[in-house]
Amino acid sequence: MSTDHIVGTSVLRKEGRDKVTGRALYIDDIRLPNMIYGATVRSSIPRGKIKKITFGQGVRWDEFVVVSAKDVPGQNCVALIVDDQPCLADGVVNHPEEPILLLAHADRHVLPKAVTAVTIEYDPMPALFSMEESEQCKEVIHGTDNTFKTYRLEKGDVDSVWAKADYIVEGEYITGAQEQLYIENNGVIASFDREHGITLWGSMQCPFYVHRALMKLCKLPESKIRVVQTETGGAFGGKEEYPSMIAGHAALLAMKSGRPVKIIYDRMEDMAATTKRHPSRTRHRTAVSKDGKILGGEIEFAVDGGAYTTLSPVVLSRGTIHAGGPYYWPHVRIRAKAVATNAPPHGAFRGFGAPQSIFAMERHMDRIAATVGISSAEVRRRNFLKSGQTTITEQTIREAIDLEKLLDRGLALADYHAKRDRFRKGNESSISKKGIGIATFLHGAGFTGSGERNLSSEVAVAGTANGGVQLLVSSTEFGQGTKTVLCQIAAEELGLRFEDVEIIQPDTSQVPNSGPTVASRTVMVVGKLVQSAARGIRQTLTASGRLREGYSWQEFREACSKYFAEYGQLLSRAGYRPPPGVFWDDENYRGEAYAAFAWAVYIAEVTVDLTTYSVTVDDFVALQEVGRVLHPVLARGQITGGVAQGIGFALYENVVWQNGRMQNGQMTNYIMPTSADLPPIRVYFEELGNEYGAFGAKGIGELPMDGPAPAIANAVEDALGLKVDSIPLLPEDLFEAMAASSPGRRESQASNGVQ
Amino acid sequence: MNTSRVQSEVSLTVNGESRHLRVYPMERLLDVLRQQLGLTGTKEGCGEGECGSCSVLMDGVLVNSCLVPILQAQGARIMTIEGLAAGPQLHALQDAFLKCGGAQCGICTPGMILAACQLLNEKPQPSLEEIREGLSGNLCRCTGYTQILEAVAEAAGRGSAR
Repeated sequence: MSTDHIVGTSVLRKEGRDKVTGRALYIDDIRLPNMIYGATVRSSIPRGKIKKITFGQGVRWDEFVVVSAKDVPGQNCVALIVDDQPCLADGVVNHPEEPILLLAHADRHVLPKAVTAVTIEYDPMPALFSMEESEQCKEVIHGTDNTFKTYRLEKGDVDSVWAKADYIVEGEYITGAQEQLYIENNGVIASFDREHGITLWGSMQCPFYVHRALMKLCKLPESKIRVVQTETGGAFGGKEEYPSMIAGHAALLAMKSGRPVKIIYDRMEDMAATTKRHPSRTRHRTAVSKDGKILGGEIEFAVDGGAYTTLSPVVLSRGTIHAGGPYYWPHVRIRAKAVATNAPPHGAFRGFGAPQSIFAMERHMDRIAATVGISSAEVRRRNFLKSGQTTITEQTIREAIDLEKLLDRGLALADYHAKRDRFRKGNESSISKKGIGIATFLHGAGFTGSGERNLSSEVAVAGTANGGVQLLVSSTEFGQGTKTVLCQIAAEELGLRFEDVEIIQPDTSQVPNSGPTVASRTVMVVGKLVQSAARGIRQTLTASGRLREGYSWQEFREACSKYFAEYGQLLSRAGYRPPPGVFWDDENYRGEAYAAFAWAVYIAEVTVDLTTYSVTVDDFVALQEVGRVLHPVLARGQITGGVAQGIGFALYENVVWQNGRMQNGQMTNYIMPTSADLPPIRVYFEELGNEYGAFGAKGIGELPMDGPAPAIANAVEDALGLKVDSIPLLPEDLFEAMAASSPGRRESQASNGVQ
Repeated sequence: MNTSRVQSEVSLTVNGESRHLRVYPMERLLDVLRQQLGLTGTKEGCGEGECGSCSVLMDGVLVNSCLVPILQAQGARIMTIEGLAAGPQLHALQDAFLKCGGAQCGICTPGMILAACQLLNEKPQPSLEEIREGLSGNLCRCTGYTQILEAVAEAAGRGSAR
């Protein structure tokens, strides 16, 4: 191959020029001829029967298109795992903001008034607003026991460990809901005609999820639904399952009106009505030896799924498998459940259950350290998984990962030991208290267990008339760099220049189903398929005698162009095949959970200001092993972005609930970090490679969401000696926790400040 | 309904071109730019002046165009992202955002670049702290800001801000 390596270099983002010039077209930038605008009438109560719907005075209702559950041609559901969520409420509502009616009009300005002019009378029913209320089952709102899904994972013989334990360490850890807060709200455009069926353009992660949901809802065959992803302004999981809902609404309005329909949520609607990270509760009970080794333990992991099943079983699964962290557990029992409440369904958000259970594990490690009387670093060192040992699902670690070395490097980069000593001395005489905290963790890449086999993703690579190649995948770009990295992979495999490879807009009528763009799977799994399909193009050209070994890019283009001219097509497909010998038992949750894990050591340095009770992160070290880094700038951008979201999760982002409804659904009162709030985020990589990923890559997108919150909470404990077991930790929470922990404390600190 | 409301006339300069428009007095500058003039590079993120995605320069001052009633822009010089580059050559900030990874999903990028533009107009050699402060009215959910700060520092000709 004659070109320099492309993989491992920071080529310019494929769609970058359009983004920096404002030319990139997002869904709200697109207008179709004759288009009208849709809006949604939503439930104002958490649970009840719909008695009566009245269309009020002062609105020219004859100008509106109105759609209700009765207009659904197919099955009234948002098809996903279990089809229990209606696309439009039919007689009953189960959460605030549940869609009941759709309105459309040519003038978008008249819609808000029309929405408020619809009056809905209800027979309210008792509702559940917390996991505890749901578990008590005084009211049954789902199935027979308010439970969407349970898992039980058992390794070894946990009951045998308690008698041998020198310490039994217990803790309960809570994480709150978190809004994805992509800056582009959810939006779609649908058009319909009898000949072509429905075409749906929108902001989304998973075009084929939407495709499947529309087939069921609209009762149309596969060929009569076309879904096209437009430039997507952030997603973070928030556009994994929800787009199927809003797409269904636009499709129903388009079918009834015969005109293209655009629905764009405003910020308040998006925050109030769409998914958030699952609130969680984790309980640990761990048997520990006197030298700080985990002998075994029980973990109970519970998440609040909201009113419908949606993705909760899968979120619960990932949270469960990550609950033991990067540690060796000889014996463990995990009981996990997702429960129903009358809140809008919680859903996918970067990390997908793992940030919740890892927060608990990493807080618990510091609790074990304190109980045994060893340092936070030492307790981790003594329990790290080693190559050859098995995880909690009894997956043998075959990678040559050395977590002790990774930890040592992290500690050195953060200057951990010197800083900790310095802070302890300094804190004695200061009203501001400084602390430093560690989190060590892992994150599995790709779908869990048999997930990738079930997806059986496909990709295609096509040679074109002008000699370049085109990638056909359903993987979507929403900022992570999908387009750029997949093109790098194909260019590298074919010995071409980056500009010789293009990737087409994900359009279900043009591209095969490469699976959803989720679970940190794109570069590793889809990238590997792209590599394999690209290889097929080269083999076709060499086998047909048009290309010699050691060709130049010019020779490739010429050969490709000639082949295309002769046969009219040059196409190579690749489909997923599970690696040999991979075993997964879905019943008992045992076996190879992930083809690869990424490993990380994150260290946070904080200052707690005891006049304002605010916590500031002063420095952040993010060290991770992610296989091979294919694009250094994009990879680093994934880490800094994920860490920022993790800092928000820990310290700023608080969803205030009242009767199942978010009360602070505005950017004014739901606070995400600004550029002035964040520390320097220092990013470092180790690169061990990975045989299952394209050019050795592993997943990277979700990993950085897992570590910041526990590292920060551990740093706050280091600063104050106060256990922070619940996040987000706002100043008022810290004030209350400190007041509760020792009533005399505030005075003594104040006097410290005076000294 | 729009048709029953009274329209006014407004004159302003957008990206160097004089425009005379018939508008509804309380329309937002954001909507006039996007819908009447087709300048969709200016984005709406929150509609209440919090996120900065709709930032444009109005007489050289950064404003949230979602908070500006169009009549307030009478006689003003407006610059949007579409007006930043002279011809096909990217502006130094656009180029630096592209190279440094300052744009991920891209939805905050036009506003962020204009905020950076205003910052560099005022302080051609800002410190890292001044860049952090200067961009703090523009939210980005993808980058954690690090590479945006580096892009601005690079454009300011100061090399990497790390």
